[in-house]
Amino acid sequence: MSNYDPVEVTPLHADEVARMLTEALEAVAAARDLDALKQARLAHAGDRSPIALANREIGALPPAARAEAGKRVGGARKAIAEALSARQAELEAQRDARVLIEEAVDVTLPWDRRPAGARHPLTTLQERIADAFVAMGYEVAEGPELEGEWFNFDALNIAPDHPARSEHDTFFVGSRDSGMVLRTQTSPVQVRAMLSRPLPCYVISPGKVFRTDELDATHTPVFHQVEGLAVDKGLTMAHLKGTLDAFAASMFGEGITTRFRPNYFPFTEPSAEMDLRCFVCRGASAVPGNPPCRTCKSEGWIEWGGCGMINPRVLVSCGIDPREYSGFAFGMGIERTLMFRHNAEDMRDMVEGDVRFTLPFGMEV
Amino acid sequence: MKVPLSWLREHADLPAATAHEIADRLTAAGLKLESITSVGHEIKNIVVGRVLEFKTLEGFKKPIRHCQVEVGEAAPRGIVCGAVNFEAGDLVPVALPGSVLPGGFEIGARKTYGHVSEGMICSEAELGIADSSPGILVLPAGTPIGADVATLLGLRDDVIELEVTPDRGYALSIRGVAREAATAFGVEFRDPAAVDLPEASGEAFPASIADPTACDRFVLREVTGFDPAAQSPLWMRVRLARAGMRPVSLAVDITNYVMLELGQPLHAFDRGRLSGGIVVRRAEPGERLTTLDHVDRELHPEDILITDDSGPIGLAGTMGGKDTEIADDSVDLVIEAAHFSATGTARMSRRHNLVSEASKRFERGVDRELPLVASWRAVSLLAELGGATVSPGVTHAQVDVAPTAIAIPTGHPGAVAGVPYSRETVVHRLEQVGCTVADGVVEGAGEGPHGVDATGTVSTGELTELLRVVGDDMITVVPPSWRPDLTDPNDLAEEVMRLEGYDKLPSVLPPAPAGAGLTEAQRLRRRVGRALAGAGYTEVLAYPFVGARDLDDLLLTDDDARRRAVRLTNPLSEDEPFMRTTLLPGLFKTAVRNVGRGFGDVALFETGLVYRPREDAPDRAPVLRVDRRPTEDELAAVAAALPDQPLRVAVVLTGEFERSGWWGKGRAAGWADAVEAARAVAREAGAELSVQADQHAPWHPGRCAALYVGDTLVGHAGELHPRVVEAYGLPPRACAMELELTRLERLHTGPVQARRVSAYPVATQDVALIVPDWTSVADVETALRDGAGELLESVRLFDVYTGAQVGEGNKSLAYTLRFRAPDRTLTVEETTAARDAAVAVAAERLGAHLRGV
Repeated sequence: MSNYDPVEVTPLHADEVARMLTEALEAVAAARDLDALKQARLAHAGDRSPIALANREIGALPPAARAEAGKRVGGARKAIAEALSARQAELEAQRDARVLIEEAVDVTLPWDRRPAGARHPLTTLQERIADAFVAMGYEVAEGPELEGEWFNFDALNIAPDHPARSEHDTFFVGSRDSGMVLRTQTSPVQVRAMLSRPLPCYVISPGKVFRTDELDATHTPVFHQVEGLAVDKGLTMAHLKGTLDAFAASMFGEGITTRFRPNYFPFTEPSAEMDLRCFVCRGASAVPGNPPCRTCKSEGWIEWGGCGMINPRVLVSCGIDPREYSGFAFGMGIERTLMFRHNAEDMRDMVEGDVRFTLPFGMEV
Repeated sequence: MKVPLSWLREHADLPAATAHEIADRLTAAGLKLESITSVGHEIKNIVVGRVLEFKTLEGFKKPIRHCQVEVGEAAPRGIVCGAVNFEAGDLVPVALPGSVLPGGFEIGARKTYGHVSEGMICSEAELGIADSSPGILVLPAGTPIGADVATLLGLRDDVIELEVTPDRGYALSIRGVAREAATAFGVEFRDPAAVDLPEASGEAFPASIADPTACDRFVLREVTGFDPAAQSPLWMRVRLARAGMRPVSLAVDITNYVMLELGQPLHAFDRGRLSGGIVVRRAEPGERLTTLDHVDRELHPEDILITDDSGPIGLAGTMGGKDTEIADDSVDLVIEAAHFSATGTARMSRRHNLVSEASKRFERGVDRELPLVASWRAVSLLAELGGATVSPGVTHAQVDVAPTAIAIPTGHPGAVAGVPYSRETVVHRLEQVGCTVADGVVEGAGEGPHGVDATGTVSTGELTELLRVVGDDMITVVPPSWRPDLTDPNDLAEEVMRLEGYDKLPSVLPPAPAGAGLTEAQRLRRRVGRALAGAGYTEVLAYPFVGARDLDDLLLTDDDARRRAVRLTNPLSEDEPFMRTTLLPGLFKTAVRNVGRGFGDVALFETGLVYRPREDAPDRAPVLRVDRRPTEDELAAVAAALPDQPLRVAVVLTGEFERSGWWGKGRAAGWADAVEAARAVAREAGAELSVQADQHAPWHPGRCAALYVGDTLVGHAGELHPRVVEAYGLPPRACAMELELTRLERLHTGPVQARRVSAYPVATQDVALIVPDWTSVADVETALRDGAGELLESVRLFDVYTGAQVGEGNKSLAYTLRFRAPDRTLTVEETTAARDAAVAVAAERLGAHLRGV
C-alpha cells in the first residue's frame, strides 16, 4: 500500500456542490425561453459546467471519500437534469401555444379566387323533368330543331291551312315552300319516336322550339318545351291524368292541385288542358269580392300545358294501327314551369344570359 | 265570344247562379272563361223624364239648353244640357242628383253655365251602351215617366267572355253557348233556331252555285219597302254593344244580331245595286274587288266569290263588296245566308289578311241547316222593326250532302277514358250534344257526298278502315249539323267524357315500362355542363340567329364553311336572318352584355345545335302523305334536305380567370384556359385531346389550337384575334373555345379498364432539352413518351426557358420523368437507360439536345 497523501479537493465539498446545484436550479428556473434554457443547460450541465468539472475530480479523492463525493455530485447532476427537462417541457408547451396563437388567421377573409359557374336553369329544369320521367320508365328522345314541315305539322294532323302554319307563327327556312321550318313544338320528336322505336314506346323529349313572337316579359321567339308520349295497348285518359298528376307533384310538390279541362289540339283527341291551382292566390282571386291576382289574372288557375289521347290519325301517319294501340301525349313550356316553380317573373332574364340570373341556380334546380 | 247572361238566360233556364258559377260549368265543358265583365250593377237613380220645355242659353261657344224635366216628382227639375237632338215633350233618361252612372261616376246638383243643374240628361255613351254618342238618348214614346232606366233598358248585366277553340264554331253564338249551359246545368234549352218556317212561294233574287266545293247551300230572301231611317231598338243596341259589336244601322244591326244569336253570318245587299243573278264561284284571273273596308283587292284563283253580272260583289263569308252594300237610302234588300267551305274561307281570310266576324265563324264551321232559318229571322226583324215587307219567295241553291255517320261500340268512350260509362250515359250524352243515335251499324250511313270541307276531315278508303272502332253493342251516331267537327270515334268519346266531366276521370299511373335510362350521349352532355360550370363557366342559351355582319366580324373568309348558313324566310330581324353555324357570336354578345353590366371577369359557355347545310342537299323537303306511314325513301328525302345539326359546346372568357384579391394578384384569362376548357370537356367524354397549332378564324393566328381526338378534328381554342375582339366589343385578349360534342359522343369507347397499381418505388429523372423555339411542346412530349418505353409513368413539363444561356432561337424545356415498374424496384441503370432512350427519340425527331451537354 502506497503512501497516500489525502488532498483537499475543494469542489467536492458538500457546501460547494450544494451551491452549484442551487445556482443551476436558479438558472434553469430563470430561463425565459428555450434559447435561455439551452444556455443554462450548457452552463450548468454541459461538459464545462462546474458540476461536470467537479465530477472529474472525484477520482482524485482517496478511495474512502470517493463514494460519498460521487453520491453527492451524482445527486446534484440528476436534480439539475430533471429540472432542465421539466423546464424544457414547460417552455416547449409555452412556445407551442404561442406559435399557434401567432399563426392564427382571419378565417372570415373571402376566397373567391376561382368562382364557380352555373348551369342555366332551363337546362337543369329539363334534366329534372327528364329524370322524373326516366324514373317512370320513359326514355329521352331527341330530334332536329330545323325540321321537315311534315314532321312538325302534317304528321300531327295539322291541316295545311291551319293558322299555326302561317308566317305569323312559324319560322320558315329558305323559300316559303321549302317544306322546312324551325320546329314550333317538340311534337315532331313524337312522330320520329313513333316511326323509329319499337312499341310500346314511352318517351319524353325536352328541347328548344321557335315561334315568331317578339321578346317580352312573357314571350320569347326561342323557348323550350317538354313533350311526352306513350303508346301502348290499352292506354286511357285516366293514365294520362295519373301521369301528369305525378309529374306535377314531382315539379311542384305533393300539395299541388291540378285540373283537366277540355281543349282542342289537332294531334290529340280527346284533348285536355292541364291547369294548376294558382300558386299565388290559391284560387282565392276567382271568388268575386276578393283582391285580384296578377299571376292567374284572377282565374284561380294557370295553364300548364296541353295533352290528350294521340289522335288515331296521327298514329296512322306514323304507321301504328290505332285498332291495336292507343297513346297519350302532353306538352309543357319549360319557361312557364320555371316561372311557376322558381318565381321567375320575366322571360327576358332567361334569355339575356346575365350571370346574376343564372349563378344562383348552381348545378341543379 | 262575349255572352251577355241576360241573353243566355232567354234560351236556357239557368238557375240563380252567379256569373262565375255559370262560367265555371262552361269552362268544364270546354268553353274556357276568359273574363267576366259586370256591367251596370253600380247604376243608381237614373229615371225616365219628359222634357217639358227648354230655354237656349246665349253667350256660350255652343248652344246650351236649360230644360225643365218632369221626372215623376212633385215638381220638375231644372237641368242644363249641351245636346240639341231633342224637342220639348221627348222622353229622356235623367240622372238625378245622387245618382251613379256606369263606371261609378256620381252625379250631383251643380252650377253650370250660370244655372244649377239638378242632374243630367244622359247619352248612350253615358249609360254605357255605346262608345260615343252624338247627342242624348231619346226614349220611345210611351215609356213610363219616373221608371228606372237601368231596369227598363237592361243595363245591369254580366258578360262572360269565352275562349272558343277552333273546332267549335257553334259556340260563337248565343244558341251554341246556351245549349252547353243548359246541358251543364241539366235544364231546358230553348233553341232560337227551332222556328216553323212559312211555306215559301217561288224564288227570291236568282242565285246558283257554280262550284260545289266552295259552297253547298246558298239562300236569299228579299224585303221591300224597308225604312232606311228606322232606328235599331235600344234593347238590340244594348245587346250588340255588350257582345262587343258596334251598332251601325238597323239593317246591319239585324244581320249582326241574328249572327250572334244563331251563329249564321248574313249579308245584306241593296237589291237596286245588283245586276243579274248571283253566282257563287271561284275567282278568275285578273279579277279585283273593292271590299266594304274600301280596300281594292287583287283576287286569287282560289278565292270564293259572290258575283253578279257586273263581276265580283263579295268575298264569300268574309266581306262584302263596297258597290252593293246597303246605304242610307236602301229600301229593297236581299239577305244572303249561306254555307261556305271552312278551309276556303280560312285561306281567303288569311290571304287577304282580313278577319271578320263572318270569316271567324265560317272557318270554324257553321251549321249547314241554318241559312233558311237565319235568313227568315232576319227578314222578319226587318219587317217588324224597319217596316219592310217580306217577299214570299226564297232562293235556295244547294248541293245534296249526306250527314256523317260514325259507328262505335257503346264501350268506346269508356275505353278511351279509362272509366266505364253505361250505355244509357253514352247515348244520353251524345243526344244532348245533338246527335241522333241508332242501334247497330246502319249500313250506308254517312257514305254519301260530304259537301264542302268542314273543320273536321272526313276520311275515305283505307284510312276509314283503320279509324273504325268495332266491338260489342255498336251504335251509329249522326252528329248534328252544327258539329261538323265530329267525324271520328274519338270525337264522340270526347263529347261523352267532357259532358260527364273531365274532373271525374280517375288518375291512374300506367305500369312503368322497362326504360333504358339516359343514353351515353345524354349523360355526356350533363357531365360536360357540370364540368364547365364547376370550372367557373356560366351557361347561357343565346338565340341561334345571326347576321352576315356577325360572320364578317368573325373574320371568316368567303369560302369558310361557316358562311354557308340557313336563311329564314321570315326572320324576326332582317339584321339576323341566318341560323348560326357556330356558337361563338351568341356567346360573344352575351359576354359583352355582361361586361357592359359591370361584370368584367366573365366566363360563359353554351351547349347547342349549329345548323350546317350540306352542299349537295335539295332545297326542298317533300311534304308527305298522312294517310299511311311514309316509306323509307320518303323519309330519306326529308332527311336529305335538312341541314346537319351537330351539337357543339363553346366557351368565351375574359378578364381575370383567377381573381385578384387580398391574396395578391390574379391571373388574366388566357389561351391556355380556353384549351383547358376543351380538355375538361374531352375528359368527360373519356377522350384525350391532342393539340396542334393552327390558324383558324376567329382566333389569333399565333394563339390558336386545333383540338384533335386521334385524327379527328373536334374543335379549336385559344385567344381571339384582336380584330374580332374589337369588332364584337369584347375586352382585349378575350379567349374562346368551340368544339363539336357530336364528334366526341361518337368516340364513346365503353367502360374504362381498371389498371393494376404498382406498389414499388418511383424513380425520378429530370431532363432539360434544348429545342428550336418553334418546336411544339406537344411533339416533344410525344417523343419523350415514345422513347421512354413502358417504364415511364408520367412526364411533366415544369419549366420553359428562353435566353442567352440556351442560344438565340432556342428554348429549354425542363421535364420530370417518373419511372416505375409493376414488379420490381428499378435500378439507377434502368431508369437512366429509359431516360436516355427518351431523349434520343426527342433528339432524332426534333433535334433536341440535353441542356449543358
